[in-house]
Amino acid sequence: MFLWFHRLGSARYFFGLAGRLTPWLGSLAAVTIVTGLYLGLFVAPPDYQQGDGYRIMFVHVPSAWMSMFIYVFMAFNAAVGLIWRIKIAHLLSTAAAIIGASFTFITLATGSIWGKPMWGAWWAWDARLTSELILLFLYLGFIALQSAIQDRGKAQQAGAILLLAGVVNIPIIHYSVLWWHTLHQTASITKFGVPSIHSSMLAPLLLMWVGFTFFFFYLLMLRARALILEYERSSRWVQEAGAVK
Amino acid sequence: MSFAEFIAMGGHGKFVWSAYGITFAVLAMNLVFTLRRLRKSEKDVDHLRSSDRQDKTES
Repeated sequence: MFLWFHRLGSARYFFGLAGRLTPWLGSLAAVTIVTGLYLGLFVAPPDYQQGDGYRIMFVHVPSAWMSMFIYVFMAFNAAVGLIWRIKIAHLLSTAAAIIGASFTFITLATGSIWGKPMWGAWWAWDARLTSELILLFLYLGFIALQSAIQDRGKAQQAGAILLLAGVVNIPIIHYSVLWWHTLHQTASITKFGVPSIHSSMLAPLLLMWVGFTFFFFYLLMLRARALILEYERSSRWVQEAGAVK
Repeated sequence: MSFAEFIAMGGHGKFVWSAYGITFAVLAMNLVFTLRRLRKSEKDVDHLRSSDRQDKTES
């Protein structure tokens, strides 16, 4: 286990692994997203209250899940990077940041578009909406902080501390709909108990979520490879032929 | 269901399609920029390697 952990931490090993994983992750993402779109747009029936407008859910809810998952993933890597001084962990946080910010932006934008016909407003200072907006600022703050500090080691440490401090926002986002009864509806799907939506709507939702997760890891592996090449471009294994085509 | 009905989404067409449009535009942009950056870093490594070889042959 430790040996595996150690090997995974080596940039050279990780570079090869990421290269072998990308075709799989990319094709799995494409297949699940296309299937999810088909089921969500053509097969699932209209909602009895919202008509066809509810179909925004199939992109909005998985994006929202991703926005929180990627943040937790980054904070976990920040902790691993700080405690065990594993460079790859910091590199993964850096690589994931822009993807997390993108999913957070998608969540806010699609939520706003969904809010207009259903709530009558593009935006409200509702607890869920506000905490999700803070999440976007955390991502952007992390990206800005990393690019503002010249020394890579210091930039990674400062970024990691920001990520760990910001983790407090994640349970706030999750429980905001229960703690403050404002505008946003509560969860329809929980880990415990039966989901309160029909399986014809649940299937595309879960497929889109799985698809977005594959797509995230696909992008992450591509970005990690680019970063490894940028960080290690003068090291011997990169320079020796065969590492890069 | 006709094609026009599908596009109309029961009157919510512009909301549904703009939400899907933004989602996939942002995801596609992520992919394009990532692939472009990967190509660039691969090219930089190649460039460094060939300039290294030149240094060695010159000295």
